[in-house]
Amino acid sequence: MTFELFVFYLFSAIMIFSAARVITVRNPVHAAMFLVLTFFTCAAIWLLLEAEFLAITLVLVYVGAVMVLFLFVVMMLDVNVAPLREGFVKYLPVGILVGVVMLVEMVFLITQRYFKAEQFPIPERGTAEAMSNTEMLGRLLYSEYLFQFEIAAIILLVAIVAAIALTMRRRPETKYQTPSQQVEVRKQDRLRVVQMPSEKRT
Amino acid sequence: MITLSHYLALGAILFCLSVVGIFLNRKNVIILLMSIELMLLSVNMNFVAFSYFLGDGAGQIFVFFILTVAAAEAAIGLAILVVLFRNRSTINVADLDALKG
Repeated sequence: MTFELFVFYLFSAIMIFSAARVITVRNPVHAAMFLVLTFFTCAAIWLLLEAEFLAITLVLVYVGAVMVLFLFVVMMLDVNVAPLREGFVKYLPVGILVGVVMLVEMVFLITQRYFKAEQFPIPERGTAEAMSNTEMLGRLLYSEYLFQFEIAAIILLVAIVAAIALTMRRRPETKYQTPSQQVEVRKQDRLRVVQMPSEKRT
Repeated sequence: MITLSHYLALGAILFCLSVVGIFLNRKNVIILLMSIELMLLSVNMNFVAFSYFLGDGAGQIFVFFILTVAAAEAAIGLAILVVLFRNRSTINVADLDALKG
């Protein structure tokens, strides 16, 4: 067993364990934490596949942004977990049955001769002067897939607008300052100089 | 040596785990969203594996776009969840039957 295979099996074991914990753990915060671990090990496995840019993107975007968003929402909502767990045991047999049947079918497919090692030989390691992964992705993204890239940008923009439009609300009980009125104020509106006779010194 | 089948099997296991997760946690919307994220991750694993073994960068470009769409989906889904909790004070799927005839 080579070192590479050992690393692959190690990370796969961590990944499957943490993914199983995500769906079985009681506390949603712990589930989010195990999801972070899953993404992290997945990034390590992508490094084995020489997809360095995507591995870093997975850590930055998913662990850094999406999972923090999940944690925010989970902690903000203050959910009572107990009623959400009902039916867990009831659906456990059918869930495991469906999962195992799907897994057996898929493994049956991918162990057939079409995906054997002879069909897909392991590519040689790239030399030092070869194009890096990031450069290869950049060249493809900004030439061949430019239109799709712009559509992705539009999708993100729509997501921003939708998220803000959904969650923003005016609360009538909250007191706001109006900066324009504050700036527009003149001395005559606020200040009144009162003329009054001064007291005589005794 | 790690063959393509290793990665495909790992992706298949991950996908089945997330399907089981949808079955088990059908009351909890947050865990459901997390299961969907796991599912997308397993698909991405297959894309990256094929991209490596075929020597074609298009698979990694596809993963890039899937990550974009998944991030947008998570943001909007969580926003809907927050609005839902604000209006109904629950995220239990069984209680969300306002459209039931």
